[in-house]
Formats: sequence, structure tokens, C-alpha cells
Amino acid sequence: MNTAPDTIEALANREYKYGFVTPIESDVIPRGLNEDIIRMISAKKNEPEFMLEWRLRAYRRWLTMEEPKWANLHYSPINYQDIIYYSAPKQKKPLGSLDEVDEELLRTFEKLGIPLEEQKRLAGVAVDAVFDSVSVATTFKEKLLELGIIFCSFSEAVQNHPDLVRKYLGTVVPYSDNYFAALNSAVFSDGSFCYVPKGVRCPMELSTYFRINAMDTGQFERTLIVAEEGSYVSYMEGCTAPIRDTNQLHAAVVELVALERAQIKYSTVQNWYAGDREGRGGIYNFVTKRGKCAGDNSRISWTQVETGSAITWKYPGVILQGNNSIGEFYSVAVTNNYQQADTGTKMIHIGKNTRSTIVSKGISAGHGNNTYRGLVKVLPKAMGARNYTQCDSLLLGDQCGAHTFPYMEVQNSSSSVEHEACTSKISDDQIFYCKQRGLSAENAVSMIVNGFCKEVFKNLPMEFAVEASKLLGISLEGSVG
Amino acid sequence: MTRIPIEANPYIENFDILEKTEFAKDPPWFRSLRKAAISHFAEKGFPTTREEEWRFTSVSSIATASFKPVPANRKDLFASGKIEPFLFGLKECARLVFVNGLYCEMLSQMPPRLPSRVRVENLARVLEESPDLVEGHLARYAPYGNNGFSALNTAFIRDGAYVFLPRGAEIEGFVHLLFVGDRNEALANVRNLIVAERGSRVAIVESFVSLEDSAHFTNTVTEIQVAGDASVDHYKIQNESSRAFHIGTTEVNVGKDSRFSSFSLSAGSRLARNNLNVCLDAPGGECALYGLYLLSGSQHIDNHTMITHAKPYCNSREFYKGIVDEKSRAVFNGRVVVVKDAQKTDARQTNKNLLLSDAAHVNAKPQLEIFADDVKCTHGATVGQLDEEALFYFKSRGIGEGAARALITYGFAKEVVARVPVEPIRLHLDRLVLRKLKQEGKGGEEM
Repeated sequence: MNTAPDTIEALANREYKYGFVTPIESDVIPRGLNEDIIRMISAKKNEPEFMLEWRLRAYRRWLTMEEPKWANLHYSPINYQDIIYYSAPKQKKPLGSLDEVDEELLRTFEKLGIPLEEQKRLAGVAVDAVFDSVSVATTFKEKLLELGIIFCSFSEAVQNHPDLVRKYLGTVVPYSDNYFAALNSAVFSDGSFCYVPKGVRCPMELSTYFRINAMDTGQFERTLIVAEEGSYVSYMEGCTAPIRDTNQLHAAVVELVALERAQIKYSTVQNWYAGDREGRGGIYNFVTKRGKCAGDNSRISWTQVETGSAITWKYPGVILQGNNSIGEFYSVAVTNNYQQADTGTKMIHIGKNTRSTIVSKGISAGHGNNTYRGLVKVLPKAMGARNYTQCDSLLLGDQCGAHTFPYMEVQNSSSSVEHEACTSKISDDQIFYCKQRGLSAENAVSMIVNGFCKEVFKNLPMEFAVEASKLLGISLEGSVG
Repeated sequence: MTRIPIEANPYIENFDILEKTEFAKDPPWFRSLRKAAISHFAEKGFPTTREEEWRFTSVSSIATASFKPVPANRKDLFASGKIEPFLFGLKECARLVFVNGLYCEMLSQMPPRLPSRVRVENLARVLEESPDLVEGHLARYAPYGNNGFSALNTAFIRDGAYVFLPRGAEIEGFVHLLFVGDRNEALANVRNLIVAERGSRVAIVESFVSLEDSAHFTNTVTEIQVAGDASVDHYKIQNESSRAFHIGTTEVNVGKDSRFSSFSLSAGSRLARNNLNVCLDAPGGECALYGLYLLSGSQHIDNHTMITHAKPYCNSREFYKGIVDEKSRAVFNGRVVVVKDAQKTDARQTNKNLLLSDAAHVNAKPQLEIFADDVKCTHGATVGQLDEEALFYFKSRGIGEGAARALITYGFAKEVVARVPVEPIRLHLDRLVLRKLKQEGKGGEEM
């Protein structure tokens, strides 16, 4: 792999193109975390009493918990008292329609490639735009409502559909689940809420775009998706943040509930700022995502492309409770420079004839460290459960690391669990083959890497697949040589 | 799991007594090694399920029971007929027999001729007559800090086997080390040291058995050094009584262009844990680890293997299979670590489990940790049951359900056993597998 060194240099120095800061006045609460802060957040959102109580319970639980240390991640300790837990762009008056959204915000999202204005909207994609701690706009709301689909920010849902929120909040990820989930439950500020009624097939892709802008803030959003009997929804999530030398914390919780015969497809393209070439700055991404196939014949699939963040700690899982339910996890995780990712999935087989598929592709370059950590658990009553896991790692460069820690816990003799993993680099023969046919080394690598990830990308919605494949190119540029 | 308070720990009390009596005559380096090991144990205690490495295996039943070493002046003598079934039908080979961890000369034998300078003897004798021989080697590759059991073993080193092969030496056939436990509450603290110098070649068979149905505890550590161009084949056959406890650690250091192979069969004991750590410490090293575990009743067998590719151009192969029945629980944890700069590593690992009962558990955890880029590493693990189609094939040809099940299960195990190159051992293992499967009673009588 002998590409001219100067081009590699040039490419490697290419800037993170979403690294700008929007100069906007923010409504910020004081630094630190205590019960008053939680009360303040809850008051700002004008929440009903049950929400505040739930938050306080979560906070009290969080105080008794310890930060998990088992992950294969190394980072300097997080000072939870030095974080601003709420920051919202100042708005002159309550938002009636999109036209009243601050020009600056609209420009920001446009720059990020997410136009919120009516005429420029992405056809067929409804977007909920979250800026720091609050949702600033949600498109196609009315059109969706005609079908009975509720798609709005979490704060709105708490106001307008408290019964639904109360019924499902914390049923998949209880606040006591883990340290970061407890923290999120205490301080979460916004996020998206989606409810698809019985038998409805959501006609468009739903999407949330998360943007961190303010300094020293943490983003704690919460997403809840409920798919009623026989419904279908496809949801996408994207995220970016400005370039800063300091680390910012992002601790989100996502809960999915699929009832009988419902299907939820959840796709993520995570592109938080990853830190510079020396590993300074970047987002700490500690996320708890879990879906519950509560009804028979339901199906939840997670597809993720993780290219950003200095630290990724994320294990989207599926609780396969309904009989014949299906859980899927497709992941591409890229670590370059000093990025670290410890990611994987949890498949808990409870119901009969439940099936799960895990395909994980890890790519490590530079000094990156990429860990797959997954659990497949088959409980005694999960007759005929099946799992297939494949996790492959590609190593680019001799300073990086790739690790695989699959856990298999099987308690049922009629089930079958398979795990396969391999780790290798792109062989010189493959590069030679491509070069011989007139491709540059750089193109050859990009082609091989894309081929390596194809199995995952094909599960992404069209718009995302193109984006993901471009993103992969950018993340890895300069790592080949 | 509760940790026993240090003051009340019988092992430490026992050590303090022995330190003033039996161990007082040891050379100073050895005494300080013992002391360092016991203080490590005093600090760390027995591992608990809070530790990742022991998450699925609770040793509280060992920690709370009181196993005692059998007094040194008591040598168990019994009719040699009793151990006959464990001898592979061989009369000639070099054999050291240990009863409750102590050497029994009466039962042991040496072939008429061993190559010059080759030593096959019991460690206690070496420590007494020429401790310099083992000074640089003992605890070099098996650090007592790895776990509480290794620390305990090091503190109480008494006896075990010492096998030394000088440059280019070769022992014909194999060296058989037989460890017999026959007493309730007996602690057999076995320490083996095998040093194979440049260009030498040896096969070692360690077998662990029980007489009667005794509930004894074997805590064994084997250190193996394979120098350059040497070859060591190691067999460990553990078939102790269903009331026994077994904790075994084998630490291997493989030198340049050398090869090491290991075969491990675990069929006995109530609770067994095998740690097998192989370090490929110089370019060109090779190791192949094969394992088979057969569980029934309420047995708990845990196999932890770790292969460290410390230098480039090394190959490793690992193939472990398990048959897990009734209320038993099997744990497999296979770790392959490729350190920075260990380029051109080729590592493959396979683990397959046959789960025959709903009350049985399997915890499989293959792990790859890779810090070099020019490597080929794969692992695969499966947990499954008997193939319905294979059963149907048999049944459609007039073979009953029970017999068909037994045949398929036997075939599953055979894949590992068939890889044992030494015929007498292979036949012995084959019989052992058949007997064990018959015990499990799944139509065994039809076979």
C-alpha cells in the first residue's frame, strides 16, 4: 500500500465538516447536578408531577450507583458537577409554526444538510430537530397525525399524551438499569416520541437529528417509540457536534416497544465530533438503547453506523419476549486516531422460536481501539430459539486494536446459538489486484472497506446508506498507507 | 460469595505451622517464594464471582470446606492392582504415581533405560537433593499472582513431578504422571515442572483419578517450558470422583520454532476448573489445544484457556468440544491475545457445545484481543442440540432413538478424541468417553 505520502497527509488533515458553532443566545441553567437542578429542568418543561417524581427517584438511585468500569475504554474521569444539564436556544415566543423558528437555527440545520423549511424538505422523511437540550422543530407532524401517528418531541408528548408516556416510559430501560440510564432518567431534557397506532404502516421515514452546540453542556435525550399491533415504522437518527478541545458527555436512552406483529426498524448514523488527531476533545457517547418485542411475531432491528465520538459505549439490545419474535443488529463501527468504541448488542431470548441475527463489522485505524461486546442469552423457556452472530474486524495500521468479547449463555437444549468472528487486514494481494486494474490504492481500500460493510449498509434506508458510505470514506481517509 | 476472614483462614494458619517445621529446611529463595505467595493469598483470598475471570464459577464450596494436606510422613500403600485400570495397559513407560499429592515410589516405575541426563523424578526429592536445578524455573512461568489457587499452590509446594530433557534428548513413548485421590477432605497440592531444552521432544500424560467415591480437592499447577526447536505434547485426563474438586492451572512458555500441543479431557469431579495459559514467546512458535468436556449430574466444569501471541510468526489452533447433560453447567472461556507487533499471527479457535438437557447450562465466551494489524484470527462458538435430521436418518434405517442419540453424541466427542496420536491413550480415552456417555443413560444400554 504505497500511496504518495503527500496525498495521505492532505486527506488526513481534512477537517470534520460539521465542526462549526452556531452563535446563538442560549437559555442556560447553572452548572452541576442536584435535586434543585432536576426540579428546575422539570419546571422549565412544565412537566406533570409524575415526571418529576420519576426523575427524582432516578437521581436518588443514580447517587447509589457506580460508573461502570468493565468496558475496554480508557478516559479521564467525568466530573458530573461540571456539566451544564440544560441549554436551549432562546426563543422569543412559543413556537406556532416552523416560520417562527430562529433564522440562525434554520441555517444551522441547513448547513448540516437537514433543511427544515417547507419547500426544501426531504421528500418522504419527517424530521425532529433537537438542538442542545430541546427539540426546535418537527416536520410533517400534521400529515402523520392524519394517520393517527404521533411524532413529536418528548416534551410535547409529556404535555399532550401523558398517559402514553406514563404507560411506556421506563418499561424497557428502567431508570435503575445502569449508571448512565439513571443519569439520563434524572436529567433528560428532550428527544423524540413516536406512537404508531394499530395496523398503520408509517408512510415515511421518521428521523431525529441531534445537534450539540453549547459549550460544557451534556446532551441527555430520550427517545420512545411504540408500535401497536401490526404496525410498521422506520426511524433514523443522526448526530453531530462542534469541534472543541474539551470532552462533552452525551448519555441518551432509547426505548422501543413492538407489540404483536409490529415491526420497528431503527437506524443510526452517529457522527459526533471524534476528537482531533492527538485524541483531544470529542464526545463521550454513553448510550442505552433497547427494544422489547413484547408481542408475538414482532420484529425489531437495529442498524448502526458509528463513525464519530471519542468514546462509544453502546449496546442496542432486544428483549425477545413474544413468541416467534425477531431481533436484529447490524453494526459498522469505525475508530480512527485515538477513538475508542466498546459496542455490541444484547439479545435476550425469552419467547418460543425467537430468532436473532447479529452482524457486526469493526474497522480500526490509527490508534483506534474497537471492541465488540455482545451477549446472547437463551432462557430455559425459549424453546427453539436461534441466534447467529458474525463479527468481523478489519485492521488498518499497526497501532490499532480490535477485540471481540461475545458472551453466550444458553439454558435451553432445543436452541442453537452460533458465533463466528474473524480479524484480518486488507491483504497486499487484494490491493495489488485492484491496482493492477488501474485503481489507486486509496480507491482500492475504500472499495474493499465498502464491500466489507455492505452487509450492514444494505439494511439502512436509502438516504442513510449513501450518507454512511460517504462518511466511512471520510472517517478513514489518511489511515491507509 | 462471602470471603472468609483472613484470621480464620485455615490455610494461613496451617502455613504458619508448616513454615516453622517442615518448610524450615528449604533454601532461602524457596522460603521467600512461599512467603510471598501466602501473603498474596492472604491479601486476595479465593476468587469470587465478582471477578470477570470467575464470573460463572463460584468456588465458595471449596473456600468454605476444610481440605487439609495429608501429613508428609504418611505414605499410602495399597495393592497395586487398584491402579491397574489407569495404566493404559502399558508396562514399560516412565511412570510417577502420586497419592493425595505425595509421591508413591512403590507404584512408580522407570523404563530400563532413559537417555543420559534426562530426569524424571518427584519434585520433593529434587528439592531435597539438588534444589539448584529448579531454582530458576519454579514459579517463573506460573506466577502465583494469577489467582488465589496458584498462590496457595506455590505456598504449599511439596511434591509433584519434575521432568527435564537436556538438549536434543527424546523420551520414547510418554511419561505418565498419575495422581490418585482416595481420602475425603484431602488436599492434594500438586506442582509439576517440565523443562524441555533445545531440540528435545517429550509427551507427558497427567491423569487425575479417585479411588472410592472420595471428596478430595486437587489444586494442581504445571509449568512447562518448551525451549527452541523443542516439542512437547501434554495430555491432561481428569476423571476424578463426582464428589471431588479440581482446580488445575497449566502455564506454558513456547520458544523459537517450537511446538506445544495440549489435549484436555474433563469428565470427572463435582467442580472443575482448568486454566491453560500458553505464551508463544518467540517467532515460529506453534500451539494446538484440544479439549473435550463431558458433564452429567450436577457437575460444573470450567475451561479457561488463554493463548498469548507475544511475538510475530506464531500459529495457534484451538478446538474444544463439550457435551452437557442433566443439571450440569459448562463454562468455556477461550481468550486469544495478539500483542502489538506480533505480526503474521495466525490464530484459530473453535468451541462447540452439545446441550442435551433443559436443566443444563452452557456459558461460552470466546474472546479475541488484537493489537497488531497483519494477522489472521478467527473464532467460532456454537451451542446446539442433536441434529434432528441425523436422528431421522438413523431411525429410518431401523436404529432406535436411544441408540441413534448415543451414536451421534459419541461421534461428536470422537472428533476430538480421534486427534490423539498416541494409540494407547486414544483407546483409553475412547473407552472413557463411552463409559461416561453410558452413565448419562441416554439409551446407552442399547449401544
